[in-house]
Amino acid sequence: MRALNRKLLRDLWKIKTQVLAIAVVVGCGVAIIVMALGTMRSLEETRAAYYERYRFADVFAHVKRAPEYLAERVARIPGVKWVESRVVADVTLDVPGMAEPATGRLVSIPEHGRPALNDIKLRRGRALAPDRPDEVLIDETFAEAHGFRPGDHFFAMINDKKRKLRIVGVALSPEYIYSVGPGVLVPDKRRFGVMWISREALASAFDLEGAFNDISLSLLPSASSAEIIERLDDLLDPYGNTGAYDRDDQVSHAYLSGEMDQLVAVATVAPPIFLGVAAFLLHIVITRLVATEREQIGLLKSFGYGNAAVGWHYLKVVLVVAGLGVVLGFAGGAYLGRVMTELYTEFFRFPFLYYRLSPDVFAMAALVTLSAAVLGTINAVWRAVRLPPAEAMVPAPPAVYRRTAIERLEPRGLVGQPTRMVFRHIVRWPLRAAMTTLGISLAVAILVSSLFFYDAIEHLVQVYFHHAQRQDVTVTFTEPSAERIVHEIGRLPGVLAVEPYRAVPVRLRFGHRSERVAITGLEPGAALHRVLDARLRPAAIPPDGIVLSTKLAELLAAAPGDVLTVEVLEGRRPVRQVPVAALVEEYIATPAYMDRHAVNRLMSEGPVLSGAYLQVDAREAEALYRTLKDTPVVAGVGLQTVMLRTFRETMAETMDIMISFYVAFGGLIALGVMYNSARIALSEHGRELATLRVLGFTRFEALYILLGELGVLTLLALPLGCLIGYGLAWFFAWSFDTELFRIPLVIERATYGAAVLVVLVAGAASALIVRRRVDRLNLVAVLKTRE
Amino acid sequence: MASAGSSHDRGSLEEPRGPQGTASGPDRPERRRAFVARGLTKVYGKGEVAVHALRGVDLELFEGELAVLLGPSGSGKSTLVNIMGGLDLPTAGQVFFHDLELTAFDERALTAYRRENVGFVFQFYNLVPSLTARENVALITDIARDPLPAEEALALVGLAERLDHFPAELSGGEQQRVAVARAIAKRPEVLLCDEPTGALDSKTGVLVLEAIERVNRELGTTTAMITHNAAIADMADRVISLADGRIAGVRENATKSPARALAW
Repeated sequence: MRALNRKLLRDLWKIKTQVLAIAVVVGCGVAIIVMALGTMRSLEETRAAYYERYRFADVFAHVKRAPEYLAERVARIPGVKWVESRVVADVTLDVPGMAEPATGRLVSIPEHGRPALNDIKLRRGRALAPDRPDEVLIDETFAEAHGFRPGDHFFAMINDKKRKLRIVGVALSPEYIYSVGPGVLVPDKRRFGVMWISREALASAFDLEGAFNDISLSLLPSASSAEIIERLDDLLDPYGNTGAYDRDDQVSHAYLSGEMDQLVAVATVAPPIFLGVAAFLLHIVITRLVATEREQIGLLKSFGYGNAAVGWHYLKVVLVVAGLGVVLGFAGGAYLGRVMTELYTEFFRFPFLYYRLSPDVFAMAALVTLSAAVLGTINAVWRAVRLPPAEAMVPAPPAVYRRTAIERLEPRGLVGQPTRMVFRHIVRWPLRAAMTTLGISLAVAILVSSLFFYDAIEHLVQVYFHHAQRQDVTVTFTEPSAERIVHEIGRLPGVLAVEPYRAVPVRLRFGHRSERVAITGLEPGAALHRVLDARLRPAAIPPDGIVLSTKLAELLAAAPGDVLTVEVLEGRRPVRQVPVAALVEEYIATPAYMDRHAVNRLMSEGPVLSGAYLQVDAREAEALYRTLKDTPVVAGVGLQTVMLRTFRETMAETMDIMISFYVAFGGLIALGVMYNSARIALSEHGRELATLRVLGFTRFEALYILLGELGVLTLLALPLGCLIGYGLAWFFAWSFDTELFRIPLVIERATYGAAVLVVLVAGAASALIVRRRVDRLNLVAVLKTRE
Repeated sequence: MASAGSSHDRGSLEEPRGPQGTASGPDRPERRRAFVARGLTKVYGKGEVAVHALRGVDLELFEGELAVLLGPSGSGKSTLVNIMGGLDLPTAGQVFFHDLELTAFDERALTAYRRENVGFVFQFYNLVPSLTARENVALITDIARDPLPAEEALALVGLAERLDHFPAELSGGEQQRVAVARAIAKRPEVLLCDEPTGALDSKTGVLVLEAIERVNRELGTTTAMITHNAAIADMADRVISLADGRIAGVRENATKSPARALAW
């Protein structure tokens, strides 16, 4: 090894803890890039392959009942490649060993041959046998949740008749990578299952022989989905069409896309913070190294080493430290990617999901990191290159200090000399002080903005479950039902209060914008299911007009007073003009509300109902569930407590891991910045402190001078960090804002407190490490040596 | 914090034995002893690399005297002064400062001893670059019990006009005189100077020596000055020569030369 390289290694070994601290910060940035982009890439590629192999459709539509020959006419729409008509129905399930009812989505598949679209992957068991109407294939998540195996059975309420269904196989479908039941927030593996059954069996059960109620299309690459949707709607409208939609509105696809967008958001925001901080840390370390090795640089140059060789020498220091970080980041990123992928396999169902380490993601991460490191330090390295050898051999003149402007106001004697030293030092290198402050505040910000998710979710739970939807059970009816059903439900065991509702699918148009939603007609003065205004106070539904959720109003660009065109997608499909009466705050989906009687008037129908919200005596809940499972008119039963529990479980599963990573990352940034800051201060002031110790200053007094600067900067950084953290939280809330889900921007004081505490602990740890060095300062050496 | 002056219990109360060491001068009972060192040995390192810096030194310094410790590099003079200054402990032997046994002190007591009793002047000034001349002195007077005002201390070394200059704005000689002012501003009982002119030319060196001489004369501070420059020895009351870790000889100057008359 060449002597200069040996020097390099020994120099690095001398500052190994600092090197490690910086490398860890670099590593965090690299790990996030590798994890987020790698996982996103894996998801994207896996999804594309899955869609292609199992022929996932492009356009979807549901009708009440359309004759089969219509499918052929749909196939003749220019741009349509394949068409698959189906019968799809949601039914109430009675699963052995489970008290509460579950919802099953029965999807027909052809008895012979494969479906043209939305094919399934058989995971276990066998395919359906012809002429066996009681055989079903069930979705893998549902099977796992109940421990179902081929040969097991359960019951379903199919068209008023309780039928026994026998499981012959377990399957997966690209249509249900993410599967969530109707009216539910998050997947509930136990209470919602997709199952495939023979077309003939399902059609005869629902009187849909020679007809379909669901149709899927795949398009030619050149086709415009908007045009085809329009023509499809024209064809289907006479048959109870609820409005065709493309993949963007398909729940599973949309959710998966949202997840990928979040990964991209994370990969966009977090790495620049880490790499920026790392570049700054490298900058101060290299600057200090060049300053302390001034005479060595002079010596090297006088021996005939060129400027380029000296510059390359220090650049190598940078590359080694950053390179170490890249290696750590690769390992960390690959690990995190695997954890994420495992999380996704739990959450999303793919027949194959592999975490592939894409070399280009690694290469990109390494390139970005090394460039940031070199860019951050080029100035310091250039200083070594520029140093004339003769000047370098002479010790650097003492640093020039000035009185600070604030000091002129201070009466002499008020502030002790140690404090004065601290402030002059900050003012002497203002940029460095500012960058250190920024570094520490970014650590606070990362902590605040990751812990913020807990606050947001808790707030959402409070609002959704405790202020807005306070019912215990939501019952949906198979058909719009007459008002007298309220009395019948009221007599069921355990029912304390009943609040009926009427929901109709509509297309809302305003200007050139339109949205497919359901209008929920609530009882006047509803006390169970309420709507909340912007300040989260219960709001009354006006007797006329429509109330929009804020997100829906934003999508339509409509405001109170605007008149919307409401195209009802059910029954006689009236089209009406309805003014926007008010806006309400909703974090989930994009609902619209009206007075229930106003909906009935809109539909030109009598007082009919779609379902009811119930308040239930918990002691009699099981008896109620048993009754509901056998009630023909009930299509679905939603349970708030179960929904809240699965919501919390799902959030805990998906958020805990990520948030703990980010909290660790925030702590590491704080440690990296503060430890380096303290070490640099020690390097710069070591001689001064040893002198003061000789002059009789105590260790504590010396430590005060050493760490005072860091203390002041930390105090400045804490409020700044909280502020930046709020900004980051705003960004995350904004970038996660989708039609499916919004994250309220709520940060509790305890969250700021926790973030501040983590940073203070990191600061205290750095101070403790440096304190040991202050204790071991060589007092005798300063008497004899020049700096 | 307990000051060294009040921590009698830490040191031995045993009276130092009479002056009989090689370094003690003629028995002059009117002069009180500030320091007494007995059998000082200092070994750095172990085994083959062991360096014997002091090999059994007996020494006394009298109150108010200006002693010059003369000797080549490695003769042990710095080690001796470091031990007297409470910066280092001997491997064997005892050091008394008045009736306090420094060699029985712990870290904390030694810090307090330095803080209360000792003024240091270093070869390379060791001023705090971020503080002005006045503030460098105030750094010490702020923590001393009965200090001179910083301005007075600086006037004593002839820098009354340079109070608000930062070290970067002062010449080497001026910086060293600030260091002298800083060392004596707390009215220490003892002033220890390690090669105070080592980094200076002859002319500015003399100005620094004049300052030290004046402090010794006007404040009566016991002063021990290390040098390898024999010319400086002429300003001392006594010249103690060291060689190879031992006292090689003690000379008393019948007449002291004023610092102003020195040249090298």
